[in-house]
Amino acid sequence: MNRRDLTDPLLEMYIYETFQLLERIETVVLDSEAESAFSPQSIDEIFRNVHTIKGSAAMMQYVKIAEIGHAIEDLFHFIRADEDIETDFRVLSGLVFRVVDFIKAQVGIIARGEVPNGNPELMITDINLYLSALKQSEDSRPTIAYRAVVRFQDHCQMENVRAYNIIHRLKEISESFNHDPQDLLDDSATVEDIRENGFRIRFHTDKEYEHVHRFFMQTAFLEEFELMAEDAADEAEDRKISVSLPFEAPGTGNDSDYGETKGTDVSGKPDQARGGMVSVNVGKLDKLMDLVGELVIAEAMLTSGDSAGGLGTGSYSKANGHLRKITNELQDVVMSIRMVPLATTFHKMRRVARDMCRKLNKEAEIRIVGEETELDKSIIDQISDPLMHLVRNAIDHGIEPEADRIAQGKPGVGVITLEAKNSGGDVEIIVRDDGKGLNRERILERAFAQGLISNPLSEISDNEAYGFIFQPGFSTKDQVTEFSGRGVGMDVVSRNVEGAGGTISVESKKSAGSSITMKIPLTLAIIDGMNVRVGDSRFTLPTASILESFRPKPADVITDPDGNEMIMLRGACYPILRLHEKFNCKKGETLFDKGIFVMLEQDGRKLCLFVDELLGQQQVVVKSLPGYIKQMARKEGISGCALLGDGSISLIVDVGDLPGMNRSRNAPSFAYAR
Amino acid sequence: MNGQERYEEFDEEDAQKDKFLTFSLGNELYGIEIRHVTEIIGIQGITEIPELPEHIRGIINLRGKIVPVMDVRLRFKKPFREYNDRTCIVVVDIQDISVGLIVDSVSEVLSIPAKEIVSPPDAGGGVNRYIQGIGKSGAIVILLLDCDRLLNENDIERLAHT
Repeated sequence: MNRRDLTDPLLEMYIYETFQLLERIETVVLDSEAESAFSPQSIDEIFRNVHTIKGSAAMMQYVKIAEIGHAIEDLFHFIRADEDIETDFRVLSGLVFRVVDFIKAQVGIIARGEVPNGNPELMITDINLYLSALKQSEDSRPTIAYRAVVRFQDHCQMENVRAYNIIHRLKEISESFNHDPQDLLDDSATVEDIRENGFRIRFHTDKEYEHVHRFFMQTAFLEEFELMAEDAADEAEDRKISVSLPFEAPGTGNDSDYGETKGTDVSGKPDQARGGMVSVNVGKLDKLMDLVGELVIAEAMLTSGDSAGGLGTGSYSKANGHLRKITNELQDVVMSIRMVPLATTFHKMRRVARDMCRKLNKEAEIRIVGEETELDKSIIDQISDPLMHLVRNAIDHGIEPEADRIAQGKPGVGVITLEAKNSGGDVEIIVRDDGKGLNRERILERAFAQGLISNPLSEISDNEAYGFIFQPGFSTKDQVTEFSGRGVGMDVVSRNVEGAGGTISVESKKSAGSSITMKIPLTLAIIDGMNVRVGDSRFTLPTASILESFRPKPADVITDPDGNEMIMLRGACYPILRLHEKFNCKKGETLFDKGIFVMLEQDGRKLCLFVDELLGQQQVVVKSLPGYIKQMARKEGISGCALLGDGSISLIVDVGDLPGMNRSRNAPSFAYAR
Repeated sequence: MNGQERYEEFDEEDAQKDKFLTFSLGNELYGIEIRHVTEIIGIQGITEIPELPEHIRGIINLRGKIVPVMDVRLRFKKPFREYNDRTCIVVVDIQDISVGLIVDSVSEVLSIPAKEIVSPPDAGGGVNRYIQGIGKSGAIVILLLDCDRLLNENDIERLAHT
């Protein structure tokens, strides 16, 4: 009922911003972790970000988030005000992370269009406990005695009440104080006294002189005040100060301590994308704008050439060429806008690794190589989960406990390397650890126990053996831990990578570590495709998986007793798939010599596809099938559709999903690829 | 929280209340709430997709947007009729799903106030699954379609058959 419209730009902005702020806080904490202490700058930064989060949550009426934001803000406000306070870094960063996780989860819920339901009470209590513990430890520090005389402006009325207000506020910073006159509220004669002699206070506090000074400056209708530190009176420096205020003192509210932070919600530049939004370089947008402008002109050139009729073919083809050039450029710019560096995703892994190491009592360090490598935004979103699984696995299964490592002559701290690099049209993302490596015997034993192996063990290559870890439900861990052992990790990884159109492979060396490589295409949106015709339907095959096309001699086609057709070509035998049968195209050719064969290869498997005709090669824009269609039937073998030049639609064949290429229903030994 | 939503609903209701787009299938006249209708286009090339129920004819390219199309005749188990230049695709948007409905011809937009609408007779056997009411406008009778069911009862049906 209470669903918010997710297209609400305000909400969209809120979610985007909050995630960014949370990520910033995480980064700051992780950066500080190296020194195991917060620098004043990082405290400031956390405070600012938390403050903004709180503010916007309150604005959006997410009360719980605002409450917890407020609690942690209070804590940091306190720490910030006092530079020499002793804080336990581990406790503090633990608290911050809990809060960050909580808010993340809540905003995640909001982003799904549901009503946030988390209850932060416990966390708020913890924060307040810690805060009061800090305050107490502070109280044990030496206190300074101060003496102050406050004068109010003439005719401000009710001086006694104003004085009482000061005392009331003073209780926040001081435990012991006395003042003259004493009876502020009951005796109205004090008004005269204060007017004549000023309001005199003596108090003890552990606050710095400046702090106390600031405190008095916030008094309403303040005319003048004197503040003296009694202990410091004999110091050379005379701390007596007299301030004259011609007008009302600036901050008068009780919460004016926060005044200085209002409006400082500039939280650094948004440098990454989150929740369906991308930050775009204005330069790129300008370029886009220019190109669209040129496009309009080019279009005008074409149409005017057409209507005037006298321009001749030369200028027509010139205009045409011009248009094509602009279109290409336009495509490049739009693509580049979608590209986002991997840095943010990689840096998020530091947090994952930290939490894992804490829990498992291991020491590991994340090294990042090639974080500037760019990938399409939608792909980055898709691989961030797999990456997390891989890092967790590396720590849980790969990295040995410190003692074992030292015994083996390795450095005590494990190293997990996240590496990204471009290779051709793909980006390779490698997660490498220097742990114990995969245990071949153990994997095979398990695979055998789960009935995944039928051939003799000696015939299974290392690659095939390691491939078993991507099987659903496969785990060599006997106990289920919080992080792994349920065997749901790796198959999710391979499925996600597959979903992004990539492949995954694993290498391992005993006691030297293992490395998992994800090969992901740069972008999903445009592929090089070969359009083919079958009956009245058109299909697009990814050019990358086409080896060759040929017209066979009918004599080369063999049919086995099960009715499976295959073809002998240059001494090798390949299975044949009739596309018209597979996709039920009514008017498709059935005679092999009328149509043409296209040989496809994916992950080392080859298949000959029988189609009616090749229509030509073209870059096509990939669109996913409408959700309505997807829910009607499982579209086996179709990965999406593409718009052709004449406006008609062709279906894109998912080569890896065709029978004979199929990963899930075939021998498990091929399951590791893709 | 949902102030904006309420506002939009209010806005829509104001302009589109009681308005129905009517179209014909054979002899009957059907009506569909105007707020669901995005646009009406002539029949165009449809790309077939394998393994779909018969009444989902395939997908069309609507200015770069891929829209599935459903033949309402086949949906209602009426005989298939060849498409001609009167055949229209009514693109509707129901719960964020865009679907094109292929109909014999589109008639007009009628205003049918709520008091002119009666609920369909309870014929039993689920005959009136897709009809949410029967509207009268002068002498004509219009069957008012329940769009949600038109789209989504599929699933239930399909599950029941398998």
